[in-house]
Amino acid sequence: MTATHDRPAERVPRPPRAAERPARRPLRPRGLSGTALTVLTWAVALVFVSPALWMVLTAFKREADAYTDPPRLLFTPTLERFATVFDAGILPHVGNSLIATLCSAALVVLLGVPAAYALSIAPVDRTRDVLFFFISTKMLPVVAVIVPLYVAAGRLNVLDNIWTLVLLYTAMNLPIAVWMLRSFFLEVPTAVIEAARVEGASLPRVLRSVMLPMMAPGIAATVLICMIFSWNEFFFAVNLTASQAATVPVFMVGFITSESLYWAQLSAAATVVSLPIVVVGWLAQRQLVRGLSMGAVK
Amino acid sequence: MRGRDTPGPRPWPGRERRSPVASLAAAACAALTLGGCAGAGGSGSDQLVVAIVANPQMQDAIALQDHFTEEFPGVDVEFVQLPENEARAKITASVSTGGGEFDVVMISNYETAQWAEYGWIENLQPHIDATEGYRGEDFMPAIRDSLSYEGDMYSVPFYGESSFLAYREDLFEEAGLEMPENPTWEEVAEFAAELDDPDNGVSGICLRGLPGWGEVMAPLNTVVNTFGGRWYDEEWRARLDDPEFRSAVEFYVDLVREHGQPGAANSGYGDCLSRYSQGNAAMWYDATAMVSSLEDPESSAVVGKSGYVAAPVERTDNSGWLYTWTLAVPATSEHKDQAWDFVSWMTHPDYVSLVAEEFGWERVPPGSRASTFEADGYQEVAGAYAEPMRQAIESADPNEPTVDPVPYSGIGFVGIPEFQDMGTRVSQQISAAIAGQTSVEEALEQSERYARAVGDTYQGEDRR
Repeated sequence: MTATHDRPAERVPRPPRAAERPARRPLRPRGLSGTALTVLTWAVALVFVSPALWMVLTAFKREADAYTDPPRLLFTPTLERFATVFDAGILPHVGNSLIATLCSAALVVLLGVPAAYALSIAPVDRTRDVLFFFISTKMLPVVAVIVPLYVAAGRLNVLDNIWTLVLLYTAMNLPIAVWMLRSFFLEVPTAVIEAARVEGASLPRVLRSVMLPMMAPGIAATVLICMIFSWNEFFFAVNLTASQAATVPVFMVGFITSESLYWAQLSAAATVVSLPIVVVGWLAQRQLVRGLSMGAVK
Repeated sequence: MRGRDTPGPRPWPGRERRSPVASLAAAACAALTLGGCAGAGGSGSDQLVVAIVANPQMQDAIALQDHFTEEFPGVDVEFVQLPENEARAKITASVSTGGGEFDVVMISNYETAQWAEYGWIENLQPHIDATEGYRGEDFMPAIRDSLSYEGDMYSVPFYGESSFLAYREDLFEEAGLEMPENPTWEEVAEFAAELDDPDNGVSGICLRGLPGWGEVMAPLNTVVNTFGGRWYDEEWRARLDDPEFRSAVEFYVDLVREHGQPGAANSGYGDCLSRYSQGNAAMWYDATAMVSSLEDPESSAVVGKSGYVAAPVERTDNSGWLYTWTLAVPATSEHKDQAWDFVSWMTHPDYVSLVAEEFGWERVPPGSRASTFEADGYQEVAGAYAEPMRQAIESADPNEPTVDPVPYSGIGFVGIPEFQDMGTRVSQQISAAIAGQTSVEEALEQSERYARAVGDTYQGEDRR
C-alpha cells in the first residue's frame, strides 16, 4: 500500500535555488550548456519579436523620421500618429472585429467540440474520410471562391454585413479546430471516461464534468488560434464589406497611401490593432502553452 | 498513474472554478447581444457610401466632411478608404457586378470611358450643366476629354496630374551642371552618371521598378512612347519586339541599374518619394503630385531645393502622362441626386477655396481646374512647379501618345480593360530585368507573347 503513495521515481530533484519559483515549473538545465541555451532562446525570441518592436518604435516617430536611412533609433517621440488613428474612427471597426472574432470562435467551439468527440472518443463510420473532407476544404485557395461568394452575397443582400463574416470565419476555422480538438480528445485517457461511466454519469455529464476540464487548455489553444485567424483576416473582409461591417485590418490598410509617406501612421494603427490579441494571448498564455504542448502541435 | 502524464487541471474541479471556455462563451454571448443591438440600429434615410483611394488629398476631404453636412443637411456620408490597388479591385468588382455597396466611387481616366460604354456609371453631364457655379468648362481640356464618352462627362476630376522631372538644384550647382527646360533622356542619363554618388548614399536618379501596371509601367510607357515604341500597330499586332520598344526598355533598365537607386526592382512611387525627399537621389521622374510631399517640411528634408522640368523626351515633343483621380456615380446607386450633391461639393471651385482656407494653398487638389492654377494664393506657394505642371497637363495628348499611330488611347497605360492584367504581367518581366534575373531581350520576348494573346482578340474589329 505504501508504495502507491510514493512520489514518482522519475521526478527530477529540485535545483538548489528553485525555492522562489512555483514548484511545478519545469526545471532549467544547469551549467554552461544551460546558459548557452538561455542566450540562444533569448536571441531567437528577439529575432521573432524585433519586427513587432520596430513597429511599436516607428509608431512613435514622425513620418520623416520613420524613413531615414540608416534607420534612426534616437528621435523625439510623438503621439500624433496615434491621435490620427483614433480621429479616423477606429472604434466601430474594433466592434466589428470583436463580433466577427468572438462569435465565430464561439460557433467553432459549439460545433467543433461535438464533432471532434465523435471523431475521436466515439468514432463514427468512415472517420478518416470525414477528417479528410474537413481538411480538404482548406486546400482550395480562397481567391478561387471569392467571385462566387461575392456574387452570392450580393444576390442575398448580405454584402457589408458582419454576420456574413461570422459565418465565413466559422467555416474557415472549423476544419482546423476539429483537427486540433480531435488530437486533444485523443490525449484524454479512456480509463477516466470509463470510470465516470461506471459511476453512472450520462454522456452530457461526462462531456461537461470530465472531458471539458481536462480539455480546457486544448480548447483555449484552439479558440485563441481561431481568434487570431479571424482577427487578422483581410481577404474576405476587404472584398465583402464596405462601410458598415469593415473590420480592423480593412481600416488599417486605409493608412497606406501611394502618394505620401505613411509608415509611422500605419505602424501606429497596427500597434493599436494588435493590442487586443496580445492581451488575450497574455491572459491565456498558461492555458495556451499547456494546450500547444499536449496536443496537435506537439 | 498513467493518467497523470497528461498535464491539465484535476478531472473533477470544484464549482467555483470558471473555465476559460465558459469565460469565452460569456464574452461571445455579450458580443452577440451587442451585435444584435448594432444591427437593429439601422442608418438614416440618405446615407451615402463613398469609396475612395487613401491619398492625402482625399483624407483632407474626409476631414472637411462637416462642411458638406452643413451645406446638405440630411445626407450622411460614410467613407471607405483603401490603398490604390485594393480600392481599384474592390470598386471594379462592385461596379461591374452591380454589387451596389457604393453611391460614389473614385476611379480614373483609365476606367471612365470604358465603364461609360458598358453603362456601369451615370452620365454626369446633365448634372454639371444644371449645377449653378459648378463651371464644367473650367476643367483642364485634356482632362475633360479623357473623362468624356460621346461628348458627355461620366466622371469629374478631383485632381489631375502629369509626370515631370524633379532635380536637386543644389547638387546640380555644386557639380556645375545645368538642367535644360526640356531635357532629353540622353541628357538625363549623362546627368545621372555625373551625380551618382553611392558612397554618400545619393543615386543619380530614382525610377520606379516595382511590378504593377500602375507602378513601373507608368513611367516606362512614357519612355517607350517618346523613343518611338508602341504596344500595338493599327491592326492590333503586338509590337513589343520592335527595335524602338526594345531600345526604350534597354535604356530604362540600364539607367536604373547603373545610376538608379539600390534595390530598384522593389521601388515604387512611395520608395522613390522617401528616397528623394530624404536627399538620397539627385533626380526623380514621376507624377507631378510629388510636389505636395516634397515641398512639405513635415515630411521632406529637401524643401525648396528642387527644380522641376518637363518630362524628358527623345523623338516626341512632350512625353508626360495624363492621369486624374475622379468621382463617378455607379448606375446601381439608389441615391443618385444626393451622390451628385457630394460629387459636386468635392470637385467644386469653392472646395478649392475651402481647402486653401482650412489647410493652406499647398494642399489644394491641383491640376483639375484652370482656375486653381490662376489663383494668386496657389501661384504664390507653387511658383516652382505650377507652370511645368500646367504645361505638362495641357500638352499631354492621350489620343496620340506615340510617334506612329496606335489603335488605343492612354499615355502611361493602354486604354483597354485587359491592360490591368497584361500590364502587370509585362511589368513583372521588366522588374525581373531590372533585378538582373533575366535579360531585356528575354523579358520582351515573353511580354510580346502576352500582348499578342490580347491583341489577337481585337484583330478584325474596331474597338478603339
